[in-house]
Amino acid sequence: MTLLWIALLPLLGVLVPALTERRGRRFCSLATGLLPALALWLTLSHLPALADGETLRFAVDWIPALGLDLAFRLDGLSVLFNLLILGIGLLILLYAHYYLSPDEPFGRFYAYLILFMASMVGIVMADNLLLLWLFWEMTSLSSFLLIGFWSRQSDARKGARMALTVTGAGGLALLAGLLLLGDMVGSFDMNVVLDSADVILADPRYPVMLGLVLIGAFTKSAQLPFQFWLPHAMAAPTPVSAYLHSATMVKAGIFLMARLHPAIAGSEMWSVTVTLVGMATMIYGAWFALLKTDLKGILAFSTVSHLGLITALLGIGSPMAILAALFHIINHATFKGALFMSAGIIDHETGTRELDKLGGLRRAMPVTALLMTLAAASMAGVPLLNGFLSKEMFFTETLETGLFGGLGWLLPLLATLGGVLSVAYSLRLVHAVFFKPAKAAPPKHPHEPPRLMRAPVELLVALCVAVGLFPAVLATGLMDLATRAVLGESLDFHLAIWHGVNAPLLMSMFALAAGITLYMFHAPVRRFVRQFGTTDARLIFEGSVQRLVARSQALTGRLENGSLQRYMGLLLGSALVLATLGLIELPQLAGSRPEAELDGVLIFGAALLIFGAVGTVVTHRYRLISLLMLSVVGLVVSLTFARFSAPDLALTQLSVEVVTMILLMLALFFLPQKTPRESSAHRTIRDIALAGALGMVVASLNYAVLTRETESISRFFLDNSVPGGGGHNVVNVILVDFRGFDTLGEITVLAIAGLAIFKLLNRLRLFMPHSDGEGRIWSPDRYPMILTSVSQWLLPLALLVSVFIFLRGHNQPGGGFIAGLVTAVALILVYMARGVEWTQNRLDFPYQPVAIGGVAVATLTGLGSWLFGRPFLTSAFGHFKLPLIGEFELATAMLFDLGVYLAVVGATLMILANLGKVTTPHRPSKDTQPAPSKEKS
Amino acid sequence: MESLYAITTGILAACGLFLTLRGRSFPVVVGLTLLSYAVNLFLFSMGGLTSNGAVILDGNGSYADPLPQALVLTAIVIGFAMTAFAVILAMRARGDMGNDHVDGRQMDESREERR
Repeated sequence: MTLLWIALLPLLGVLVPALTERRGRRFCSLATGLLPALALWLTLSHLPALADGETLRFAVDWIPALGLDLAFRLDGLSVLFNLLILGIGLLILLYAHYYLSPDEPFGRFYAYLILFMASMVGIVMADNLLLLWLFWEMTSLSSFLLIGFWSRQSDARKGARMALTVTGAGGLALLAGLLLLGDMVGSFDMNVVLDSADVILADPRYPVMLGLVLIGAFTKSAQLPFQFWLPHAMAAPTPVSAYLHSATMVKAGIFLMARLHPAIAGSEMWSVTVTLVGMATMIYGAWFALLKTDLKGILAFSTVSHLGLITALLGIGSPMAILAALFHIINHATFKGALFMSAGIIDHETGTRELDKLGGLRRAMPVTALLMTLAAASMAGVPLLNGFLSKEMFFTETLETGLFGGLGWLLPLLATLGGVLSVAYSLRLVHAVFFKPAKAAPPKHPHEPPRLMRAPVELLVALCVAVGLFPAVLATGLMDLATRAVLGESLDFHLAIWHGVNAPLLMSMFALAAGITLYMFHAPVRRFVRQFGTTDARLIFEGSVQRLVARSQALTGRLENGSLQRYMGLLLGSALVLATLGLIELPQLAGSRPEAELDGVLIFGAALLIFGAVGTVVTHRYRLISLLMLSVVGLVVSLTFARFSAPDLALTQLSVEVVTMILLMLALFFLPQKTPRESSAHRTIRDIALAGALGMVVASLNYAVLTRETESISRFFLDNSVPGGGGHNVVNVILVDFRGFDTLGEITVLAIAGLAIFKLLNRLRLFMPHSDGEGRIWSPDRYPMILTSVSQWLLPLALLVSVFIFLRGHNQPGGGFIAGLVTAVALILVYMARGVEWTQNRLDFPYQPVAIGGVAVATLTGLGSWLFGRPFLTSAFGHFKLPLIGEFELATAMLFDLGVYLAVVGATLMILANLGKVTTPHRPSKDTQPAPSKEKS
Repeated sequence: MESLYAITTGILAACGLFLTLRGRSFPVVVGLTLLSYAVNLFLFSMGGLTSNGAVILDGNGSYADPLPQALVLTAIVIGFAMTAFAVILAMRARGDMGNDHVDGRQMDESREERR
């Protein structure tokens, strides 16, 4: 359980800066440090158990269906990294407290920093591949936030974006690799994976998996060819560079390679790739570190170089090489952390990081000079410092590995070259800053930093020296734990300064001598190199990003040019292609079911439908006639439903048809009466072909379905309608009971459509014609007498009918939908016969609340079933007896249906009555001026 | 009978689709309405075409499949809401843009169209 706390405490710590920021920086810094310190203490408290050879594990299910568990482990490797992450993290916190200027949002900075710390702890403790990946992505995101912390600087934004792109893309590759790995093993559990090396190596997908995982690791650890993002990430504040980009995050890739080493490293492919990439990166980084003039730039490239060194050791992969790699991880973290922080101090106190502007600082900042010199000496591999020990071990391994057979001499040669270069750039770093006389005075007058700002550097340098002097005492225990976690067994080793005069020592001495010589002649070297001209990785990256954006925009512009006609054409075209592909797969169009007999009525009906549809198209430029043709289609469709045993549908279609036609007529009043002829013949032909082809596809599909036996799930509804829903009209029972949730959704949509239309009509100014399309003046007889009197008679009758239809709906054709539409039609008839004004005076209430109330009633009915401990929308019913009336049935479904009824009435009238109002001074407008300018024309 | 039904549905769909490809809003709305008739007929027939089927549960007789009917019933109502919304949108577009072209370009109608 404490394992969970180690991982969770930093995560909780993200909130602390936000909560304490207002209490001042000192309080906030202290409070922020508390939880990580606690996590560090918890980690240390497990050391005795680990020394006994245990691996501590903790797991709870998180998303079992994906194989993702909240599983943590603590073994030697995790402890080693936890010490780095939490320990250096705390030092960085202290340093940042002094580094950030007073007006910067330190709370936000701390929160990002702690978020990053929590993600790193998550990575090194994850006991599940997917969980590991999750934290991996979190480090990419938090590093993006940290690099871009000074978001006003273009450099910071671009650097952050580049880092996110590269590490994020690597993260995706890693996810693919880990999924493959999990699939090979059959589990995402780390223990299972680590024990399954045989299975993994034998799997044919091994090379792909290895490639993907290595891409993930190489991007994160800035190995060639993905190294370019790291130097640009130096736009971040120096505490971030020290923490993320030298001590921890860039080691995540190395951690991953070490963690998975037992499982995936046992192949020649691994050794060759990883060793070569590591070696190449080491030389590349060291060479450019020598050429840079920016203090942080030198350190960035030297980090790349050292990461390459560690990678190469992991590639060599012998037990002693693993030990050397792990040892160099902590050594590098200590001396590089100290160097970065010193560089930050120099920047902070002098105002510049350019080597050309610095010099002679030895006098102004003697303590910093000493600290930085020691750290740089460690980096160069000077004896009696920790860097020397691991570099010596590296030289030994390059000599002893059997890789590359006859070309085996290559590795020691390259290693020595790397050593020479690292001596040269370390020397240059220290000499140029502290000892060389200054060419010009720095922007600020230099002096020593605050005592506590230097403390983290002092501590780290002390560690460098102490470990360098007494490696056996100080490092053996931790190294033993860590190597055991990777190798699975204890390694018999002895860390010592003096191994006698042997080849590695000679290599070291040669590197020192040659490095010093190289530095003395480095000015001509730099002049020579300068002729080649450099390419800035950032320019290339930004250029390719911009090209990509431009191309995407061009493509989008071509697809999406703002023309609805084009969208429709593309949509229908692709639908045609997909549907045709589907049809081709059918073995034959006709199924086994025989066709039913045709009769005269059917043929006549079909002919009418076809006549109406074709007529609508042919006359579409004369809109009123086209609309009349459309109404023929609607009416015959309604008859078709009646013919094929669907009276509910026929009733609904009929009433909707009436409402739709009134609506379209009303709308047509405001729109041009004729459509101009503007489509070219070419376009018309194209549209006819497209529509015709789709029509044929629809017909074929319909025919294919109709001639096949169907297996309907409706048996269930038929069987359960009476016992379960208490109704004999199965269609209505499905609507209000079985699929009540769908119906609730649909009346909600209806009400929303009504509301949207209400808003659209608001302040609408339209030209109102005073004559029809042929120029005839509208009839002065606006409200014909016969219609007026008939409608007055009809209204109560129609309302009575709708009540009747509503009440019988559960057992006979009818129900809320149909009753609502009938009521709406009856009311609209009154509007038409008497005019909006007359009706408005008598029916003076808005329809919006009716529609919303309907939805509310239906929802509340559904919620009501919760009161009885049943799921949402469970219906209940019972039979009751009243004198005179006899037995009748009441169901909660009826209440639901009432909601449907109200929603339909409200929405329909909201649409039509509001549209009708546009024709009158009652138009829904806040303008008092009733005459829009266009009417004057 | 089935082939005639299918052909009718196909023709309705083709006519509706042709109209939705027009450039003015009103024919597009009419086309959408026509298309929704075709779609409703198509969906309705997914349960098979039952002539003289029983509608109400009375214990005997062959029933028409109630499920497509329930689905189509709501589809009809929603179709109405959709048509209404589209046509009001067309009106609004004409009010704001000065023309009823579907591409929403700002241009004035010529005089004879306006009458």
